[in-house]
Amino acid sequence: MSTPLIELRGLQKYFPVRRGLLAKPKYVQAVDGVSFAIAPGETLGLVGESGCGKTTVGRTMLRLQEPTAGSILYKGRNITRGNMRPYRPKLQIIFQDPYSSLDPRMTIGDIVGEPLDIYKLASSKQERRDRIYEKLALVGLNSEHFNRYPHEFSGGQRQRISIARSLMLEPEFLVCDEPVSALDVSIQAQIVNMLMHLQQSLGLTYLFIAHDLSVVRHISDRVAVMYLGSMVEVTGAAELYRKPLHPYTQALLSAIPIPDPDVNAARVRLPLEGDVPSPINPPVGCKFHTRCPYARDICRQQRPEFVAVGPDHQCACHKVSGGW
Amino acid sequence: MSEPATGAVQNTAENVVENQAACDELLRIDDLYVSFFTPAGEVRAVDGISYTLRRGEVLGIVGESGSGKSVSVNALMRMVEHPGRVKGGSITFDGKDIFSLTKQQMLGLRGKEMGMIFQDPMTSLNPVYTIGNQLMEPLRRHMGMARDQAYARAVEMLTLVGVNNPEQRMKQYPHEFSGGMRQRAMIAMTLSCQPKLLIADEPTTALDVTIQAQILGLMKELRAKINSAIILITHDLGIVSDLCDKVVVMYGGRIVERADIRTIFYRSAHPYTQGLLRCLPRLDSGDKEPLVPIEGTPVDQLALPKGCAFAPRCEHCMKVCLSQQPPIFDFGEGHASACWLHWKDRGEDA
Ligand SMILES: Nc1ncnc2c1ncn2[C@@H]1O[C@H](COP(=O)(O)OP(=O)(O)O)[C@@H](O)[C@H]1O
Ligand SMILES: Nc1ncnc2c1ncn2[C@@H]1O[C@H](COP(=O)(O)OP(=O)(O)O)[C@@H](O)[C@H]1O
Ligand SMILES: [Mg+2]
Ligand SMILES: [Mg+2]
Repeated sequence: MSTPLIELRGLQKYFPVRRGLLAKPKYVQAVDGVSFAIAPGETLGLVGESGCGKTTVGRTMLRLQEPTAGSILYKGRNITRGNMRPYRPKLQIIFQDPYSSLDPRMTIGDIVGEPLDIYKLASSKQERRDRIYEKLALVGLNSEHFNRYPHEFSGGQRQRISIARSLMLEPEFLVCDEPVSALDVSIQAQIVNMLMHLQQSLGLTYLFIAHDLSVVRHISDRVAVMYLGSMVEVTGAAELYRKPLHPYTQALLSAIPIPDPDVNAARVRLPLEGDVPSPINPPVGCKFHTRCPYARDICRQQRPEFVAVGPDHQCACHKVSGGW
Repeated sequence: MSEPATGAVQNTAENVVENQAACDELLRIDDLYVSFFTPAGEVRAVDGISYTLRRGEVLGIVGESGSGKSVSVNALMRMVEHPGRVKGGSITFDGKDIFSLTKQQMLGLRGKEMGMIFQDPMTSLNPVYTIGNQLMEPLRRHMGMARDQAYARAVEMLTLVGVNNPEQRMKQYPHEFSGGMRQRAMIAMTLSCQPKLLIADEPTTALDVTIQAQILGLMKELRAKINSAIILITHDLGIVSDLCDKVVVMYGGRIVERADIRTIFYRSAHPYTQGLLRCLPRLDSGDKEPLVPIEGTPVDQLALPKGCAFAPRCEHCMKVCLSQQPPIFDFGEGHASACWLHWKDRGEDA
């Protein structure tokens, strides 16, 4: 890979939790040593069950939260500390909930144009309006929507509005945090296609976060799988679905019902027992060992390294890397 | 298809279908209308739907959010909330006319003959009582069990739904359970009286896929053991193809198509059903394949169009679709679809 657009090295984010006044503070190990790189124009999918740290990765890599440890590189420059203001316009985020992420008292024009106002980038009212119209057009809305309010729009249209807003400052990189999870499938498809189209025409780079692996499959070049704050596997989208190596990835994929009765009936299921352990006290050794059907002693004692197991394929598993 | 059911239940799809074909009718919904009378106007949430369900059969209800799925089953439990009202139609459950039962009779039916599980288990679990108390209560009330009898049965149910250390779990409160465990406890509670009908409204939507897989596996197992009929509301057609015998597709408060599962997935007739299947992202798709969306925006239930509710988004929309509601065309063998295209296909004189 040439210089990645954005790269994480051992990113860590712990949240303190205090139960009771005298108790020793404990930490939610929300993100615990995550590393990946995204090439310009690429989409990296990020999947995993709720609470595994996807949102925290997305927010921390944009410094909307300060990292506990590790580093963030943007075009090779270390942006882990210091002033983010020069980079902020280039690094944007779209959220899951199209209902609560838009201020109900603002018009669509003002919502989409707000970044221009904050950065004082429009020299005249006319220019401001033109630039807002241009972004509205990009997401399939038009000037008629300019003076309306969020409540007049459906979920899918609101998501278009928040995408238009995130495009206002001509970003290079977008964290899409479950942008279609709250939408009906018929609308999901519209938004996914639009994001793919915008990527093509504007040369965007995406981190696409979702718990729905089917959606991720369609939009991503490569997919990263997280479990309990750590990366367990990353590889090309096709490879991941054809040849998942980590036992967690295998179970996750097999758990997803395919909307086709014949295909579905013919699939092999690899059911997982139990629930995800607490990120406050994650299991020692491999974090997945408490649910892994293959776990052995080494898995209970030693954390597996996240290593290359094939061309463009990394995995953190003793079994896969031959450590047992 | 019409062989009588014999012997032990084998859980292959075909056997189940055969068994059910031989069983008799459990539920009949006939031309049901439910509206909410809001300050903004009348919301026609359910706008004339009909379907039937046999004993032991699993029906999936799918459709856009707001299409009336939840309201239709709430009507069946007689739990439509204010300002909603059943405007017309009838529901016959196990030979009883639901709308003519007294409140008391209805209470007896609910929880005993029909049970409901929700997306959020806390809707039916009370945070201030132990799981044990909540499991035993319906057994004592509906089944007239003594305390120790109810206790034994509750433990048995928890074991059945895969809760470890059930005796210890009985003493715990809902907040001490994880999301998946609560869902299991609710299923145990609902199934403990062996209802003839289990209604599951998005039972796994809030759960992660690996936990969802556990719950769906459990529901499959239980259906073989208890032989309850199930109405499963979900937006996930993957789940439908995994679990259901037949499907009702709703749009804008109406049923646009209904059929057995294979017909819906392989020979659907209605443009909305076809669009829904086409727009689904699939795990087994090709690389960076674009999806095929259904264009347009969801219907406004406050201003249902005069004609077909789907017409504004339909690629086949004709003049008649905008002015008149399509009648239901019955293709036989339980397959019916409400679309003017079928009228055209049959020729003007049909
Ligand atoms: N601000 C916060 N304070 C404390 N804990 C948090 C905070 N944000 C997230 N967490 C915890 O960090 C973990 C990861 O959360 P999140 O990144 O939201 O996961 P995901 O997006 O994969 O569902 C969870 O256990 C969550 O409860
Ligand atoms: N309490 C209520 N007051 C007003 N409208 C309601 C109420 N409950 C449901 N509705 C309306 O009824 C329609 C059908 O809702 P519902 O059955 O919940 O849809 P879904 O198919 O998503 O389950 C929606 O348009 C909804 O807005
Ligand atoms: Mg999240
Ligand atoms: Mg609903």
